[in-house]
Amino acid sequence: MPPESILTAAGICHSFGGLMALEDIDFRIGRKEIVSLIGPNGAGKTTMFNLFTGHYNPTRGEIYFNNRKINGLKPYQITPIGIARTFQNIRLFGQMSVLENVLIGQHCRTRTGLFGAILRTPGCKKEEARARELALEMLSFVRLEEKKDEKACNLAYGEQRRLEIARALATDPLLLLLDEPAAGMNPQETISLMELVRQIRDQMGITILLIEHDMKVVMGISERVAVLNYGKKIAEGTPREVQNNEEVIRAYLGDSA
Amino acid sequence: MINPYYMQLIILVGINTIMAASLNLILGYTGQLSIGHAAFMSLGAYSSALVTLHFGFPFIISLLCGALFSAIFGVIIGIPTLKLKGDYLAIATLGFGEIVRIVCLNLDITGGAMGLRGIPKKTTLLWVVLAVLVTVFILNRIIKSRIGRALIAIREDETAADSMGINSTYYKILCFGVGAFFAGLGGGLFAHYMRFLHPKTFDFMKSIEHLCMVVLGGLGNMWGAFIGASILTVVPELLRSVADLRLLIYGAVLVLMMRLRPQGILGPQTDIAPAIEKIRLKFKSIWHRLARGKT
Amino acid sequence: MFIQQLMNGLVLGSTYALIALGYTMVYGIIELINFAHGEIYMFGAFAGLILVTVLKVPFFLAFFLAMALASLLGITVEYLAYRPLRRSTRLAALISAIGASIFLQNLALWRMGAQPYTFPSPFEPKVYQTAFFTISRVEIIILLFSFLLMIGLSLFIQKTKIGKAMRATAQDKDTASLMGININKIITITFAIGSALGAAAGVMVGIYFRTVTPSMGLMPGLKGFVAAVLGGIGNIPGAMMGGILLGITEVMGAAYISSQYRDAVAFALLIMVLLLKPTGLLGRPTQEKV
Repeated sequence: MPPESILTAAGICHSFGGLMALEDIDFRIGRKEIVSLIGPNGAGKTTMFNLFTGHYNPTRGEIYFNNRKINGLKPYQITPIGIARTFQNIRLFGQMSVLENVLIGQHCRTRTGLFGAILRTPGCKKEEARARELALEMLSFVRLEEKKDEKACNLAYGEQRRLEIARALATDPLLLLLDEPAAGMNPQETISLMELVRQIRDQMGITILLIEHDMKVVMGISERVAVLNYGKKIAEGTPREVQNNEEVIRAYLGDSA
Repeated sequence: MINPYYMQLIILVGINTIMAASLNLILGYTGQLSIGHAAFMSLGAYSSALVTLHFGFPFIISLLCGALFSAIFGVIIGIPTLKLKGDYLAIATLGFGEIVRIVCLNLDITGGAMGLRGIPKKTTLLWVVLAVLVTVFILNRIIKSRIGRALIAIREDETAADSMGINSTYYKILCFGVGAFFAGLGGGLFAHYMRFLHPKTFDFMKSIEHLCMVVLGGLGNMWGAFIGASILTVVPELLRSVADLRLLIYGAVLVLMMRLRPQGILGPQTDIAPAIEKIRLKFKSIWHRLARGKT
Repeated sequence: MFIQQLMNGLVLGSTYALIALGYTMVYGIIELINFAHGEIYMFGAFAGLILVTVLKVPFFLAFFLAMALASLLGITVEYLAYRPLRRSTRLAALISAIGASIFLQNLALWRMGAQPYTFPSPFEPKVYQTAFFTISRVEIIILLFSFLLMIGLSLFIQKTKIGKAMRATAQDKDTASLMGININKIITITFAIGSALGAAAGVMVGIYFRTVTPSMGLMPGLKGFVAAVLGGIGNIPGAMMGGILLGITEVMGAAYISSQYRDAVAFALLIMVLLLKPTGLLGRPTQEKV
C-alpha cells in the first residue's frame, strides 16, 4: 500500500477547443514518492503538469493537493502552498544572475512590501539576508555556487537545467514537478542528475513527479510509473510492471510489435 | 549666478530625468511597453497646478497631490490594460494618453484649449535636484529589493515568474502606479516651472520623447535614464540654430541608434562605475603617452 | 439624418480602412507597428497635390502615380529603417519606426512649411440627392475607389502566387523560406502594396477635405492603426471592417455625443475592444504555450 497521498487528481479532463488532451484521468502521488509520468509525444504529460500548477484549468474533474482543492487557483497561488516545477524548454530569467534566479524562488516566502523596500527596514534586511543564505545553500546543493554571479543565459545547458531545479527548490516545495530534466544531457550528466533527484527526496523530503523520455532515468529512480497515451492513462505500477505491460509496449512500438 | 538659459536647461534635464527614470521602471525593468507616459505627466501637472491655484497649498503638498492623483489613475488604468501584452499594451496606453489629452482639451477646469494660465512659479533648481535625488533613490531601492527582482523576472519570462509564486498582475499594476506617481511628480514640477499648461504639450510625441530617452540611455539602467534625458534635452537646444532640421535629425538619430547600438548608450543594468573607471584609465594612458611624447 | 451620418461614416471609414490595410499587412508579415505609415499617407497626399498643381498631371493619372511613388518610399523606409533590425528586439524595431515617422514628418515640414495647402477640386463639385441622404461626387469616387482597391487586394492575396506566398510568410517566415519563398521580396512587396493603399487614402482625403499639411498623417495614422487592431491585427478583412466601423462610430459619436470628443471616441472604442477581445473582432484567440 503506497503512503498517504499528497496529490490526488480525480477524473480530470482537459480539452483545447474541442480537442481532448486529457480524458478522465485518476492519478495520485504518495508523500515522498518518486513517480514518473511517461508516454509518447503529445500524450498529455505536460498538460497534466500545467493542470497541477494552475497554468491551465481542468475542463472537468478535481485536483487535491495536501487535502486542499487546488483547481481554479492561479500558478502564483499554487506555488506558495507547495508545488514547484521546471519547464520542458528551460525558462530561466536569462538576464539575471544565477543567484538572483534562485532568490526569485524565495519570493513567495518573503513579505517585504513597497514601503519596507524603500525604507530598507531591519525586517527587510533580515529577510533579504536569510533569503540569500538559503539561495546560496540551494546553489551549492546543485553545485553551481561558483557560478552565482554569472548571467543565467551564459550557463551551459546542463547547468541551466540544474539552476532551474535550484530555483524551484528555493520556493520551499512539498512536491517538485520536473519536466524532462534529463533532456539534452550527456550520460555523465544524466547519472549525476539521477543522484540529485534522489538526494532531493532523501535529504529534503520532497515528493517528486517527473516527465522523462530517457528510460534509464525512469527505470532507475522511480518507484512508480504512470503511462499516458492519447490523453488516457493506460498503465500504472512499478517500473517492472509497466515495462512488461502489453498496452504500454503497443503504445511505444505500435501494433505489430 | 547661473545664466538663466542654462538654468532652464538644467531644470528641464532634471524633470526629464524623473520622467525617463519612472518610465524606465515600467519599460526597462518590468518590460511593459507603455507609450502614454505623457498622460501621467499631464495628470500630475494639471492636478498639482489646480490644487495650488484653488487651495493655495504649500508647494510640496501640491506636488504630492499631483503625484498621488497620477498614481491612482495609473492603478485604475493599469488594472484592465495590464492584462494586455506587448504591442497591445502599447496601443492601449497610447489610446489612454490620447483620451486624457482630449479630455483636458475640453474640460473647463483645465482651461480647455486656452490652456491653464497663471500658475505661480515655485519650481527652483533646488526643488528639481531634490526631486531627482528622491526619485532615483526610491526607484533604486525598489529595484534592488524583492519587488524589483519580481519586476525583472516578469520582464524576462512572465510564465516562469508566475510559477515562482509572483502575482504578475499585482506587480505590473504596482509598477504602473509607482511609475505614474513619479511621472506625476515630474508633471507638477513642470507646471510650476512653465506657469502655463496646454494639452498639446502632453501629446503622443511627448510620450515618444520619454520613450526615446529611456531607450537611448539604456533600458533597465537608472544612469541611462539620466544620460538619455540629458542628451535629448540638451542636443535639441544645441540644434536650435538649425531649428528646422532639429526634429529631422532627432528622427534620423533614433533610426541610426537602433541600428548601431540598440541597447542604448549604457547597456542594461551596467553599473556606471566601471565605465567611469574605463574612461579614467583611457585618459590616463593618453596623458602618459602625451607626457612621454614631450620628454 | 441617421442614414446621412451612416453615409458620412462610411466615406471616412473607407479611408481608414485603406490606411489600416497597410498597417495590418506589415504587422501580419513582420509583426511591427509601422509608425511611419501615417507619413506615407501624408506623402501620398503631397505627391498627388504636386503632380496635379505643379506638373499639371490629370487627376486620375496623378492618383496612380502618387500610389507608385509612395510604394517606393515605403520600400525605402523598410530597407533603411526596418530591414537591418529584423533580428533585433521588437522594441528596437518599434523605436526605429517611430524615428522614421518623425524624420519623414519633419522632412515634409522642412521642405513644404507648416502652412496648409489647398488641394484643387479635380471635378465639378456636384451633390446628388436621394430620398435618405445626399452624397457628393467626391464621396462617390472615394467609396468606389476604396472598394475597388480593397476587392483588388483581396483577389491578389487570395488568387495570385505572390498572394499565397505572402500568406505563407505571415504564418511562418522560416518555413516559408524553406519552401523557397524569397522572404525579402515578399516583405518588399508587402510594404509596396501597403504604402500604395495608404497613399490612395491620402490623395482621397486630400480631395475630400481639400487640405494637405505635413502633420496630417499623425491622427489618421493612429486611427488607421486603431482600425487595424479593431478588426484583429494581421487580418485583412478585419482591417477593412475595422476601418469602416471606426469611421461610422466616430461620425456617430461626433453627431450624437459630442463633436469635441470625436477623436476620443475612436480611442475609447479601441480600449474597449482590446479589453473585451484583445485579438480584435476577427482575430483568432491564441493560447500561450507553456
